[in-house]
Amino acid sequence: MKAVEVDNLTKRFGQFVAVDQVSLSVEQGEIFGFLGPNGAGKSTTIRILCGLLSPTSGRATVNGFDVAAQSEQVKQNIGYMSQKFSLYDDLAVEENIEFFGGIYGVPAAEREERKRYVMRMAGLEDKGGMPTRLLPGGWKQRLALGCAVLHRPPILFLDEPTSGVDPIARREFWDLIYQFSEAGQTVFVTTHYMEEAEYCHRLALMYRGKVIALGTPQELKRQAGLPSMEQVFVEMIEREEAGA
Amino acid sequence: MNNGTWRRIREIVRKEFRQALRDPRMRALMVGPPLIQLVIFGFAVNMDVERARIGWSDGDRTPASRELRAAFEGSRRFEVVAAPESEAETQAVLDRGEAQAVIRVLPGVAREIERGETAAVQVLLDGTDSNTAGIVAGYASQVIGRFAAQAGGGGSAQPGLEARSRVWFNADLRSRNYFVPGVVVNIISLVTLMLTAMAIVREKEIGTMEQLMVTPIRPMELMVGKLLPFGVVGMVDMALVTSLALLVFRVPLRGSLLLLVASSALYMLTSLGTGLFLSTISNTQQQALMSSFMFFMPAFMLSGFAFPIRNMPLPVQWLSYLDPIRYFMEIVRGIFLKGTGMEVLWPQMAAMAVFGAAIMGGSALRFHKRLD
Ligand SMILES: Nc1ncnc2c1ncn2[C@@H]1O[C@H](COP(=O)(O)OP(=O)(O)O)[C@@H](O)[C@H]1O
Ligand SMILES: [Mg+2]
Repeated sequence: MKAVEVDNLTKRFGQFVAVDQVSLSVEQGEIFGFLGPNGAGKSTTIRILCGLLSPTSGRATVNGFDVAAQSEQVKQNIGYMSQKFSLYDDLAVEENIEFFGGIYGVPAAEREERKRYVMRMAGLEDKGGMPTRLLPGGWKQRLALGCAVLHRPPILFLDEPTSGVDPIARREFWDLIYQFSEAGQTVFVTTHYMEEAEYCHRLALMYRGKVIALGTPQELKRQAGLPSMEQVFVEMIEREEAGA
Repeated sequence: MNNGTWRRIREIVRKEFRQALRDPRMRALMVGPPLIQLVIFGFAVNMDVERARIGWSDGDRTPASRELRAAFEGSRRFEVVAAPESEAETQAVLDRGEAQAVIRVLPGVAREIERGETAAVQVLLDGTDSNTAGIVAGYASQVIGRFAAQAGGGGSAQPGLEARSRVWFNADLRSRNYFVPGVVVNIISLVTLMLTAMAIVREKEIGTMEQLMVTPIRPMELMVGKLLPFGVVGMVDMALVTSLALLVFRVPLRGSLLLLVASSALYMLTSLGTGLFLSTISNTQQQALMSSFMFFMPAFMLSGFAFPIRNMPLPVQWLSYLDPIRYFMEIVRGIFLKGTGMEVLWPQMAAMAVFGAAIMGGSALRFHKRLD
């Protein structure tokens, strides 16, 4: 079974087509990147896959569950980090972890261990009582990631998880993504940083609601005959503009 | 209801309390409105006339007219602050607001009383504040009536007219008794409505609502977890206002405290449900605040809190039947001032139950775990 299967997915907001007949599939354990400029439709696609928005047409499954008809089962199987920072700023670090642990139904026996794991992962071992709003950006993002994986979901959706943090914090964040992938978790991640595109196993270039290229970073560069993802990306968009 | 359900509700409730108690703005919203309204309606808007300032225009200048003045001053309800001699002066005293009324004793009054004829004493009132004017007129006619009875009495053939009005339930006519129980109603409405709408919309605004929606929590659990804390806050505010009403303002509580608590809980189905509904139609806290006021203001006007419903135009009176606050206002005033119980208040209770079920049910249907 594929981790994510998307078939001719379309989402309209009124007349505006935000996601236009997108098809793709993601293997178990894969790090799948979604690359595209602002407004391309990346977040909208992710929200549909998380069961937050209903598709206008087409279908998608996550871990075998239909995102429109079985959104509650989908929610049992995913961890989601939205584009906006989405922890409670006015709660302490530990309080956030405990809250989400409770909501996700982490068993009582594991709660303490999961909490320590997240705090270690976020590098916040001795900062449990600190108000979350006082954390620097990189720590906040890792804490948010930790809260999204408390229940060990098989599939992770990360929407621009590293936007606005410095390059070192970004690198550390990607180390975590690799750890998840090695442990068998599937990671579906959006970004607009080109160097991050190189870290993905496979990626889709999205532009104006359409997927305009799909493959491993090596394949995409070879097909275009260009040395960097940045150049591939620009080339693809120009081709799409010329064709349209 | 399984274990997970209770656990998730408990988590939401705990988080909600933590946030509400930590946020200075929320804290202010919990204790500010009750205290402000109590001060305004308990102290400032005192519609009782403690001592009316009057002008005394004596055109008769006889022992009888001086006795009448003494009777006014002796009643302790009046204080003579001016003695206008002419029509123009009388006018000026009223215009400047120096006096709330001018009592004018026309020439020849003493003679008329002696002859057993009907004597005329004019009471000129400043009608700008019709309420005060009415009260002053009432006091004045009491004093004059008593005086006339004594003067004309002493075995005269005329039995003397006696106009005695009696006020029920609020015998000493303290406006405070009328307003303070109403504050209970206003506070529960305002606090539960606003805090609920704000707390839910705030999560939408900062993005945590989206995060909650992808968790396995059920909409009903999220809803109950969000509403319970503000129900508790509403009850605490109710207890606060009621305690101050009894201890500081000495408002009587003639009915059952238990019934007051029970009807407040019943009413909160409506007010919390409305808050929930407003949160489903607002995307920012500002919108939530605006829509709370847009709902609350007309509902407040029609509730009978400040303006008696029977004085409203008929179509507006009909409209007021659609105002859930109206029923709760009647219940609370009934319990405080008349000591009425279920046997009288059940129609209002039934109306509140219907409103509560409809609004809560309707909002619950709109409250789901999707962004579109
Ligand atoms: N709820 C919505 N209603 C209307 N338009 C929307 C809505 N959500 C997103 N859009 C529009 O859809 C387009 C794609 O948005 P989004 O998926 O957020 O792009 P990305 O994440 O790639 O930057 C944008 O033009 C955005 O304005
Ligand atoms: Mg986006």
